[in-house]
Amino acid sequence: MYSFTGEQQQFRDSLQRLLREDYPFDRRRGIARSASGWSVETWRQLAEVGALALSLPEAHGGFGGGAMDTFLVMEECGRALLLEPYLSTIVLGAGTVARAGNEAQRAAILPAVGRGERQLALAHYEPGSRYALDAIACEARRDGAGWVLSGAKSWALNGATADQLIVSARTAKGPSLFLVDRTAAGVGVRDYPMYDARRAADLQLDRVHVAPDALLGEEGEAVPCVAAIIDTAIAALCAEAVGAMAILLETTGQYLKTRKQFGTPIGSFQVLQHRMADMLLETEAARSMALLAASRMAGAPPGERSRIVSAAKVRVAEAARHVGQQAVQLHGGVGVTDELPVSHYFRRLTLIEMAFGDVDYHLGRFGRHLFDTQPQ
Amino acid sequence: MQPGFFVEDTAFRTNVREFVRATLPVDLRHKVLAGGRLEKEDYLSWHRILFAQGWIAPNWPRVFGGCEWSPVQQHIFEEECALAGAPGIMPFGIRMVGPVIMKFGSAAQQQRFLPRILSGEDWWCQGYSEPGAGSDLASLRTRAERRGDHYIVNGQKTWTTLAQFADWIFCLVRTATSGRPQEGISFLLIDMRTKGVTVRPIIMLDGEHEINEVWFEDVEVPAANLVGEENKGWTYAKYLLGHERTGNAGVGQCKRWLAELKALAQHQPGNDGRPLADDARFRDRIARLEIDLMTLEVMNLRVLALEQERHAPGPEASMLKIMGSELQQALTETTMQALGHGAAPYPQPLTGRYLNFRKATIYAGSNEIQRNIIARHMLGF
Repeated sequence: MYSFTGEQQQFRDSLQRLLREDYPFDRRRGIARSASGWSVETWRQLAEVGALALSLPEAHGGFGGGAMDTFLVMEECGRALLLEPYLSTIVLGAGTVARAGNEAQRAAILPAVGRGERQLALAHYEPGSRYALDAIACEARRDGAGWVLSGAKSWALNGATADQLIVSARTAKGPSLFLVDRTAAGVGVRDYPMYDARRAADLQLDRVHVAPDALLGEEGEAVPCVAAIIDTAIAALCAEAVGAMAILLETTGQYLKTRKQFGTPIGSFQVLQHRMADMLLETEAARSMALLAASRMAGAPPGERSRIVSAAKVRVAEAARHVGQQAVQLHGGVGVTDELPVSHYFRRLTLIEMAFGDVDYHLGRFGRHLFDTQPQ
Repeated sequence: MQPGFFVEDTAFRTNVREFVRATLPVDLRHKVLAGGRLEKEDYLSWHRILFAQGWIAPNWPRVFGGCEWSPVQQHIFEEECALAGAPGIMPFGIRMVGPVIMKFGSAAQQQRFLPRILSGEDWWCQGYSEPGAGSDLASLRTRAERRGDHYIVNGQKTWTTLAQFADWIFCLVRTATSGRPQEGISFLLIDMRTKGVTVRPIIMLDGEHEINEVWFEDVEVPAANLVGEENKGWTYAKYLLGHERTGNAGVGQCKRWLAELKALAQHQPGNDGRPLADDARFRDRIARLEIDLMTLEVMNLRVLALEQERHAPGPEASMLKIMGSELQQALTETTMQALGHGAAPYPQPLTGRYLNFRKATIYAGSNEIQRNIIARHMLGF
């Protein structure tokens, strides 16, 4: 099996301890109901243990970690059902800045992100684009040396609490990325809770003026950059799903061993034991593909990277649906209540299943090259 | 931060590929790729080639003449051999009884049997199942009574794969009837040429003779052929089954079958007249199979690595057995469906494969038994 280094294991242990002690489910429930939907205090703790800086470049205050390190963090996020904006700020936001940004942009943004002092959000999807990455109607027109942005963005994760938004907009050279202050004049934000208790935002950009240095990366190069970042995010979500599934497996197993009907723990029934065996199989299948995706994230050519990420997303999404639905089913009546964590894990897994492309989308993307590549 | 199990060993792969290309007989290769029925000599000719190269036992320690390859190397070896159209290495000696003799056998047994397993001089078969003892293996009734320095064996084994080729059979026999059924079982090695051993063919649903009944009538077996201790055979049997199940994944074979299915889909007309490869529904099905194969491959590497770390197979082998056998069946099924009613004229290999591989979810402990094992040993039920 893949063995993490001693250093990685130590880090995982300390993160696990932190979340177990300081992020119990009741606390999470309160955080979900708060105005921002996540906790400044927890974010500060994550910064303190180095989780936020882990994957940032060493030159900008980070530890230079790779996708396997992100796997570790995200698996723990999944276990704790963490609400904090790790995916949006670190994986999507800082990932884009690290990939596309120039030296000045990286130096201005990344160290602050690593210290937990700045939040980012990627605003790429648009109303009607569904999962397509190249359907950008948002416009950026030249305005002297700067730019003026207009258009609509949808499903920007944690968009309402980010300090800076990374917005894709079409210039004469094609879709390009821009750094936009969330509080800039002309930025309208509609914040909403999702069914997994996290937050996302739809944005209206009405003649938003930005400076020349707001352009992030080469003009016209947004789509391949966002595609790469979203692949990274999918790999990260796969790891998160594996962590969430592992918890559902544990809690469902405990429930079956204690819940009595017909005078015996219901876990003594073979039909339920086999359901659990299938849930374990699904979880381990998902873990295998999540590990594969993470391990191939660096160095693989874009086509190969996307192929493996799509394969992982298909397998993990199907496992997530299976394990989530079965966990609810095996809990019986209490499984459909808000009171028990099981329904909250189920909701998160359901959202992960649909995030950044559902099974059909990724099956299609994977299948497109089915007959022109040799199986690995 | 190198991901341990995905590091490709290019030099090793090249080495294996070139060796297989240079030494695998062309007619044998064609026979395997065409899905033809293999004879004893077909298996043995490839076995001897690998033996001469020192590659016949990838999973054995060097001290017993094995390769002691890493999990990744074992995986690459199996894959290259399967893709090239080499016959599989018969598991009965190398993967099943060999590891048991190495771990539980006496020094004399090790010296006597292991070299002949490696060289291919002895073909082994597996005497586990009985008419009344399938999933409930511990209820087996073939008796072995100690008389001086011999056991007298009476009873019947069944589903014995390729017993018609075998020189030896390793048998689970009952040596005690008190206590739990598992406690009275012993592990005995029996020469198939001994007086009183009879092999009767069972014809399978594909019309082929692959499995047999093996009857024992007052068969005299030297006590020196008892492996380990009397009445401790259940422990050895489970150890063997773990090894067998890990071997059931069949990743290399699945890769070859998938490649065959893809090739077929590119010229086989689908329901709208265009090739199946251009039919979105069928593409999705092939895509799912390929994703399941990628998953199986990583699972296989993870389980092999665990096995190497612990020096013994664990309950994870049951997951591998379920995933591997289900994928094998899905591949054979989809391939047959690709042929449509073109699959009907019989015999033909692709149809035979579909029929034959219904066995995969039944043998080595049915998949329902594997789920029991997972529930008990991995989930604590």
